[in-house]
Parts: sequence; C-alpha cells; structure tokens
Amino acid sequence: MKISLKINGQDLTAEVAPTTLLVDFLRSDQGLTGTHLGCDTSQCGACMVLVNGDAVKSCTLLAVQLDGAEVTTIEGLSDGETLSPVQEAFREAHGLQCGFCTPGMVVSVTDLLAKNPNPSESEIRHWLEGNICRCTGYQNIVKAAQMAAEKQQAA
Amino acid sequence: MNQISKPEIANPLGRALEHDSAGQHVTGQALYCDDIREPAGCLHAAMGLGPAFPARIVAMDLDAVRQAPGVVAVFTAADIPGENNAGSVVHDEPLLASDQTSYAQQPLFVVAAETRDQARRAARLAKFEAEERPAAVTYDQIVERDEHVMPTLEVVTGDAEAALAKAQHKLEGRIEIGGQEHMYLEGQIALALPSPDGLRVVSSTQHPTEVQEMLGHLLELSSAEITVEVRRMGGAFGGKESQAAHTAMMATLAAYHTGRPVKLRLDRDDDMVTTGKRHDFRVDYRLGYDDSGRVYAGTFDLAARCGHSADLSAAVCDRAVFHSDNAYFIPEHRITSHRYRSNTVSNTAYRGFGGPQGMVAIERAMDQIAARLGKDPLDVRLENLYGRHGDIAPYGMQVKERVLEPLIRQLEVSADYRQRRAEIEAANQSAGRYRRGIALTPVKFGISFTISFLNQAGALLNIYKDGSILINHGGTEMGQGLYLKVAQVVAHQFGVPLDMVKISATRTDKVPNTSPTAASSGTDLNGAAALAACKTLKQRLTRFLQQKFETDALPLFKDGRVLIGFHHMSYAEMARAAWFARIPLSATGHFATPGIGWDAKTGKGRPFFYFAHGAAVSEVEIDTLTGANRVVRADLLHDVGQSINPAIDLGQIEGAYIQGMGWLTMEQLVFNDKGQLLTHAPSTYKIPTATDRPDVLNITLYDNKNPEATVHRSKAVGEPPFMLAISVHSALAHAISGLGGPGYWPDLDAPATAEEVLRCLDAANAAAV
Ligand code: FES
Ligand code: FES
Repeated sequence: MKISLKINGQDLTAEVAPTTLLVDFLRSDQGLTGTHLGCDTSQCGACMVLVNGDAVKSCTLLAVQLDGAEVTTIEGLSDGETLSPVQEAFREAHGLQCGFCTPGMVVSVTDLLAKNPNPSESEIRHWLEGNICRCTGYQNIVKAAQMAAEKQQAA
Repeated sequence: MNQISKPEIANPLGRALEHDSAGQHVTGQALYCDDIREPAGCLHAAMGLGPAFPARIVAMDLDAVRQAPGVVAVFTAADIPGENNAGSVVHDEPLLASDQTSYAQQPLFVVAAETRDQARRAARLAKFEAEERPAAVTYDQIVERDEHVMPTLEVVTGDAEAALAKAQHKLEGRIEIGGQEHMYLEGQIALALPSPDGLRVVSSTQHPTEVQEMLGHLLELSSAEITVEVRRMGGAFGGKESQAAHTAMMATLAAYHTGRPVKLRLDRDDDMVTTGKRHDFRVDYRLGYDDSGRVYAGTFDLAARCGHSADLSAAVCDRAVFHSDNAYFIPEHRITSHRYRSNTVSNTAYRGFGGPQGMVAIERAMDQIAARLGKDPLDVRLENLYGRHGDIAPYGMQVKERVLEPLIRQLEVSADYRQRRAEIEAANQSAGRYRRGIALTPVKFGISFTISFLNQAGALLNIYKDGSILINHGGTEMGQGLYLKVAQVVAHQFGVPLDMVKISATRTDKVPNTSPTAASSGTDLNGAAALAACKTLKQRLTRFLQQKFETDALPLFKDGRVLIGFHHMSYAEMARAAWFARIPLSATGHFATPGIGWDAKTGKGRPFFYFAHGAAVSEVEIDTLTGANRVVRADLLHDVGQSINPAIDLGQIEGAYIQGMGWLTMEQLVFNDKGQLLTHAPSTYKIPTATDRPDVLNITLYDNKNPEATVHRSKAVGEPPFMLAISVHSALAHAISGLGGPGYWPDLDAPATAEEVLRCLDAANAAAV
C-alpha cells in the first residue's frame, strides 16, 4: 500500500505491506535506527516516537495507519548539531547508562513538556510509567526531565 | 558533583564526566547490534521451541516450517558440524536438543528466513510427537531427586555443632529467595557475517572470547579464524556472560550453512523462556548467640536451584558461600552449598552472582536475634562486625580494612536512623492501615573472580603520529561506563585532554584471550592492563626524549605538553618526532591480580583482592489491607575507593539499588508444575518503573582510598550496591514485626510481593493472639 507522510520534517511517499509495523518501517526501510525495539509488545517504551505530536509506541502501530501523519523520531529532535533542551538535559544530568531506553525516554519527556511545560516530580514519574529503564534508578532521568523543563522555560 | 564536566579539561581523572556515548544516545546515533546496516542478502533467524514440558521427543515434523513463506533453511542438532554444546564450564547442555528436552520449551531447531517476521511465524509450525518426562521444579522436588549439576562445597571452621550446643541462645530459620529475570532492554542478539577470510560475529556479549571459543567448537574452526566484536550492549547484568553465546551460535550455524549473513534477535518472550536467571535459593540456618547478640556459631545450608545444566552455577554458589557471613564474624561455622539440578531453564550470572542470596539469610538472622533480645538490629549488626571480635572470614582470608564501622556510623547520623526508628515504632503502635518500617544493613562484597585464572586482562594502546591515542581492551561496555573510565585513566597518563583518546569496539582480534566483563572487575582489570600499556609506551618515549635532549631528566606529561629538563614541546609534536625517530608507538599491556587464590576443595584461601563496602537505610510503608508496599526514603552510603568518575559511580549505585529493590519486592518468576515459565513477558513480570523509585533517595560516596594498588585506588562498583537493597527487605519485615508482639520477627521470604507481605501480616496477627 502507498502511504504519504512526513518524517522528521521531510515529505515522503512509500510503498509498505499492510502488516509492516511502524517501528520496522522506520528502522529497516528508513534506516532510522535510533528508535529501539526492547520488547516488541508495547511494554517498554524504547520504541517511542512522536506521531502528530503525541508520544506513541511504534511497535504497536502499523505503518499504513500513518498515512498523512507527521512523525518525529529521536533523530528529528535535534537541529543538526544543536540538541533539543530535553536531549541536552539527559546528557548533562547523566540520565542514561546503556542508552537503550534513552531515545524513548527523550521522546516521552519531549511530549510531556509540550503538554505540561512545568510538571511536578510526581507528574514526571507517572508520565514515565510506560518507559522502562533497567540500568538507572530513574533518579537522573527524572532530574533530566526537570532540568529540561527549566531549560525550556528559560529559552 | 552531578554537574557535567567538559571533556576538554586536561586532567579528566576523578571527574564527573558524561558517558562517552551520551551525545550519541540522546540523538539515537549510538549503534547497537540490531542497528548495524544489514548486508545484502541478510537472513533472519528464529528459534524453534520444544513442548511445554520436559519431553522425550519421539518424532519431530518440520515440513510445515520448511514450507512456510520466506523460509530458506531449517537446522537441527544433526546439522551441527562440530560439538552440539552450549555449556561453557561443563559440556552438559546441547545448543539444540534432539531426542529429549530437559526443560519446557527448550530450543530444538533454528529457522532462517528472508524476514524476521517470516522466521518467527515459521518457527511456531513444528509438530512433535513427545512423551512427557517427570519435572522436578520445586525445592521439595529437586531435593528429593537429589541430582546435582556440580559437586557440593562445604566450608568449615571449628566445630559448629558443639559451639551451637553450648550457646546461650539458639536460632533456627529458613528463607526462600526468588530468582530474577535480567530484563536487559536490548535482548539477546547476534549478527553472523561469514566470509572466505574468516567468520566475523557481532554479538551482544559480555564475553567475546567465550563466544569465539564456543563458535570454534560448534564449527570446528580455530579461534584465529573467528572474530567476535561488541561495541556496546543495551544492558546485560550477567545475562550476557555465558548465555549470549547461544544466540551467537544459532545465528552462526545458519550463516555457516547458507553462506549468507544471518541475524538472530530473540523475541522477548523466547528470550525470557530460554535464557537463565538469577539462581533462586533456599537457605536453612542455625545460629548460636549470647545475651549481647554476639554470634558464636552458625550453620548455613544453601540449596540453589540451578536449572537443567551447570552453566556458571558452581562459581555462583561459591560466591553465595563466601557471602553468607556478609559483614559478620562467626567464629565457628559450617556452610554447605548444594547445586541442585531442576527441570527449568539454566540459571546463570546475575549482578552479585550469588553474593546477594548468601547475604539475605544472615541479615534476616541479625534481625531475628535483635527482635528476640529486644535490641535495635543495628546494635546486633555492629556487635558482630568484622574487627569487633575477630577478622578471619570463613574462607580463611583476613578482613583487614576497617571501613564498615565508621561508614555505618556516618550513615546512622546522616540518615537520622535512631530517631526515625523510634518515631516509626511509636507510630506503628497506633497505626491503622499503613505501617512503616526502617532498617540499616551493611554490605561487604569480595572483589575478584572466584575462578582465579579469570583475574587477568589485556589492552592494546596505539599512539598515532598526530598524537591521537587509541585504546582497546578486553572489557565490554554495557552502560557501566567502562570505556570512559579506562579512557580517563589513559588520558591522565599522557596528560592529554580526554577527546584525544579514542576507545574502540571490543574485538577478539585486537586483544585475545579475555575474561568476561563481570564480577565488577571491568575497570580494575582492564584499567590496569591499559596502565601497563601506557607504562611501556612512556618508557620508550622517555628514552627517546632523554636521547633527543641529552638529559637524564624524566619527562612530565601535562596539559597536552611534554616537559623534560629545560625543554618542552606539545604532546602531538613529540608523537610525530618519536615516529620520525622510528620509536614503536604501539604497545600491549597485561594485568594479573596479584596474591589471590583458594583451594576449591576446602574453600580456604584468599579468593578476593579486596572488599567493597556500603550501607543503606531504607524506610518503607506497607498497606496492611492489600500488602502493597513501597520505599519511602533511602539513604545510601557507598565505598568506591577513590572514584575515577563520580557521576558514573553514583549512577551504578542508584541503578543497582533499584534493581535490588525490584528483586526483593516485586519481581516474581512463576513456573508451573512442568517448569514452564508463566511470567514470560514484561506484561507479567514487573520490574521497577519511575513511580517505584523512593520519594527521597540520597546517595553519597564514602570518602576512602583502596588500600590495594588498584587503578587510581578506586574500587569496583557494578555489583556491591545491589545488596544495599537488602535494607528494603529488612525494613518490610520490621514494618510487619510489631503486629506479632514482643520478640516477634516475620518469616518474610523474597520477593516480598503484596501476597507475601499479606501472608506474613496474617501470621503476625495470629502470633499475637
Ligand atoms: S518495543 Fe515497543 S514498547 Fe517495547
Ligand atoms: S539506560 Fe539502560 S535501559 Fe535505561
């Protein structure tokens, strides 16, 4: 099936099988491997991308559902060399270890701050319920989200 | 301390630098195995699993699998040219089972297809004619059957029975301690790339050398014909120490026969069902003590459920034995470790490697003794600490460093332990639905592989003529910041900014014969090997500079410059000049931990180079109606020696504590009576999420230097803080204990799930009447 969509600001028309998952379309067809597959079953959040501004788990969507949509992956969050405030914050607050969950975390926090620019700590934690990190204790991830909020407010 | 320091800073040692891949991680640029561009013609493999019970396979019909869309080939045990073995220590485990399976859903074949989806769908189409074999799953079943994957170890000092008979008070107890799924976010994966020049395999493994060796046996190739490579893993925690090889072998078997690149990324459920977990233990203990709480004698019988094969169980159980004392001197004791075979997946390495299971029992016993004597458990713990009444550990090694007492004292004050305990006990008197508990528990963790020959490492150091430095070593990166720490050490040696030091992927063709990155030893071993290589190159450069400037002075490498006598030049100029003078600018380094070794028959000797220490205060709250529980506040104080990178170390402590908390509270593996894992996906196996984090979490590094000559006098940090979470378990028991009346302490097992807490609440209420 033919779909037209926007990925990281670029218009694109592509031929996809009706069973192709969005995550596979992004990773295999588009070479956007920053979106990770952790569980295949909508549990871990490593595969999160923004679809029309909402953070969604790309392992549970079919590519054909994306016809006409605007998709932003982790690769699309930075502007060339310039990192987004959320990306910067994860880096500076040491909000990562193995880094496998990081793209999903960054995408998720980006969505949170777009909807709630000044979240409380408990709002951050509840928002991140769907993103599993096995390496950290979420301490620095939550800190990164707070730092990102500050950065965005300052900007 | 948590502020970022920029890598340009000339002396990076001891600084809280960001992870070397942080910039790549936040932009999605970091490549994991699955992100490597697949070469043309790359096939995808999937495992074919056996029946949902241990079985005798009468017939296996794979026709439907072969005929499924996209399938290129199907391989069984019969297609293995060399040895059909996946057992790393003992060759007791087939890679692919054939006439019988030893546990539910044991892999029987491998499918290779054009797409992953096709391979996975086809793998489900096999038909079996199978007879069910008896399954020994529970402790009672495995003890009754009494089959052992490895011989029993018994460590004895004095006459524990006689000392117990003489003791003023005696305590007997039993605790069951559950296993744990690793749940590395990146599952098991390998990409096999065959070529006429040799086989190259990218594997998400903590032990590339072992993967290389196992592949050699599988295909009857020499090690020199195989290169195994790993740049980074998306978490490992021990789960990719021995068992990453299985995935690599299956991918490679398919690549060998088809001549095409093959990738195998395990489906998460298959991963959870077929890879081993933390060993679960049942510990029976008896202790003799006096009115002051001082322990005179103890016996510990450790029954480990090892699964269907040996894997690393011997070493895991040895470490459990070596930590059944935790931090306490027990003059006369007998510690027995049985390694039972069960019809379940083969349990394996997991952060702490048996140490945590060993410690949980003695910590429960400390609490029980205190409860019976009406004392604060902290006082009983202090009374028994090494150094108070003796300092020889059960294995005969002297515990020299006196860190724990001052460390505990510092934490007792900073966490306001006594005051809070008094308040909690008072509040619990009149508590309604919610009760609180608090505990302070210490950790003393032995550092070194207990398999002594593994305590070695190699490194390769190249200086290029532009002055840039490449460091490669046998250690693997799984998020713990090993690459960064070693680069910091090297940059410090040459007095150059960190960005002049490049770290490259771990590969068996660069540094051979490596040990696994495990036992928290990554930096100790590989950092020291890198230092040895630095030393060799610095000696050559020193001779060169002395000749060039006709001086006996020693050069100083600092701030990107080299100073010798009255001369100085930039470091990069020196590199170029040395090359012109035909000085070899590449060196290897090797390190072997000095002075360790023990007798595996008696369990006596010096298994460890040194100990890492820590202590934690955890405060918990339980809902007495539902058993639900959470950590309200935690204060961790941990000894990492002199930190090479405090940001990395704090991250390890934080992550380890939360992972330990998960193990002891919410993570529950459930097997049915056939040994089939029912909690085979993250939907049914719950690990901590952001909301489970304690409301308050204070983590501090204890000011210390390693008395042993480790790299920068630092200490290993990967595993030791995992056991700080035992304070959570202890605090939960404390919260329940008051209900049972004076002297009561609950038999809380691990994990302390809501059900388990409810069971203990009921028992406590029953005991009170
Ligand atoms: S891979 Fe999509 S949620 Fe885990
Ligand atoms: S950093 Fe490894 S899973 Fe989050």
